[in-house]
Amino acid sequence: MEKTISEKIISKHAGRELKAGDIAVVNVDIIMSQDGTGPLAISQLKKMGFNRVKKPEKSIFFIDHAAPSPRKELSNSHTALRNFATQVGAVMSDVGKGICHQILIELYTCPGDIVIGGDSHTCTSGALGAFATGMGSTDIAVGYALAKTWLMVPHTIKVNFNGRINKGVFAKDLIIYLIGKITSDGATYKAIEFGGEILDKLSIDDRFTISNMAVEAGAKTGIFPSDNITMEYLRSQGREDCFIEVCADKGAKYVQIIDINCSVIEPMVSQPHTVDNALPVRNLEKIKINQVFIGTCTNGRFSDLKVAADILKGKKVARGVRLIVVPASRDVYFKALKEGILGTLVESGAIIQSPGCGPCVGIHQGILGDGEICLSTQNRNFKGRMGNPDSFIYLCSPATAAWSSIKGYIADPREVLS
Amino acid sequence: MIADTGNSEILTGKSFKFGDDISTDLIAPGRLFHLRSNLPELAKHVLEDADPEFAGKVKPGDFVVGGRNFGLGSSREHAPAIMKIAGVGAVLARSFARIFFRNSINVGLPVLVCDTDKINDGDILEINLKKGVIYNKSRDIKIGFNPLPEVMIRILNDGGLANHIKRNKGFNL
Repeated sequence: MEKTISEKIISKHAGRELKAGDIAVVNVDIIMSQDGTGPLAISQLKKMGFNRVKKPEKSIFFIDHAAPSPRKELSNSHTALRNFATQVGAVMSDVGKGICHQILIELYTCPGDIVIGGDSHTCTSGALGAFATGMGSTDIAVGYALAKTWLMVPHTIKVNFNGRINKGVFAKDLIIYLIGKITSDGATYKAIEFGGEILDKLSIDDRFTISNMAVEAGAKTGIFPSDNITMEYLRSQGREDCFIEVCADKGAKYVQIIDINCSVIEPMVSQPHTVDNALPVRNLEKIKINQVFIGTCTNGRFSDLKVAADILKGKKVARGVRLIVVPASRDVYFKALKEGILGTLVESGAIIQSPGCGPCVGIHQGILGDGEICLSTQNRNFKGRMGNPDSFIYLCSPATAAWSSIKGYIADPREVLS
Repeated sequence: MIADTGNSEILTGKSFKFGDDISTDLIAPGRLFHLRSNLPELAKHVLEDADPEFAGKVKPGDFVVGGRNFGLGSSREHAPAIMKIAGVGAVLARSFARIFFRNSINVGLPVLVCDTDKINDGDILEINLKKGVIYNKSRDIKIGFNPLPEVMIRILNDGGLANHIKRNKGFNL
């Protein structure tokens, strides 16, 4: 039988031939949680009577959501996570190292892996050709305990990116455009497999951004086939040994094939309060902004910061606008520091914060005031997401964010890029 | 048929109606992140950003009724867990987001896919989980709901995933 990527990976991990719709218990390669979901996973592990983890070298506890801790309750949770990780010999990725999804792609995820994570954006690792999906704390606890989970093999939607990508348009615009088209539950329970004519024009960072937001269409995962671009990335991380070829069979069955003509895509925003409330920036009225946030597992990588710095170089952030920049990991931070990117950003008026999720989850580092508007490169704009249900979040690419921070309102980056 | 949740087979309660796209941020807000290790306290804020008065009004056995894509967003299991702690007997929606649906089964909270246009806020519902029927007493109509996948029924019958694993010393699906 010809298989999709998901069918192939899950069959291999179940040790038998499976097709979409089948249910199986599978071995998992990487199990992770973060400081929001890890404490409950640990208490569930204990409730089930486990005082060890099955695969300590691939069981990872991240502290990234409230890092460094803004209050004592969270500091105490962090202590409990550290103690447990030490006790069972699991991997601890502590404050300052970076966002879980970023560290997974930098150091752990390999093509063909099954990755389960106590965070919905675990699908980011799909960009490397892994079957990566988010789950709740109890599923993750079982994963830690047994290195297994149960999965229904998802049906797959194939998304082909065709045409060409216009100047001023980025991966973030493509994925916002796609979600606007298929809506926030257009891929629920399904996998999205990305491909198309311009696959080889999508850099690895583009792919991370796109896979990251697959869940915003409801998808279980968003997978790219592995290719030379994947190989080059793994080599740059000193991990080329783990490369394997992952691709769908010719003739694999898809429940839907969506052809996206990228030539018609313009810089996009998601308007409050859902990601699928998508619109070209050009169609917006002049919307004044109070805060701009560049960072997160969606767009906090080196190339994102560089795009922003190139636009902000020699210019100033508008009066009344707070520009917050959070590198996704320590490696991203250090590289941006060495190459002068952070200097450029600071000179323009940006605030640089420590690697982590930053203000995206509404815990700290940039909570919005009543009625305030934030333009952000994050993946979600739900009501209350940034800590205040009486505020408004628009989502966009780093280029749109940077240019808008200079203008003081949501502005089209083609004004400066083309 | 769906499942014996360990509660009585017939659930009775009042409906609290919400709209489409009720995210986990609305159910268990990120600004209350510090309460995640204290679920009973977090439960006092359940659904606060969708209806600030909900936690004070809900009585044990009442139902949360949503529209399309209920529970979208974060993987936080705390969202269905605090609904259960607050006494919610079941969640009814036209459709659910994947992780929320799975988490609800894992914590033993029944989640039913049905035509919620036939339910108004405040309607009294009687739900027979085994027969798969929702009786809207206030409007005197019966509403069917989709059965759960077999694996989920087993997990729900065991009282959630942790109990399933403990009882079977591993998966027994």
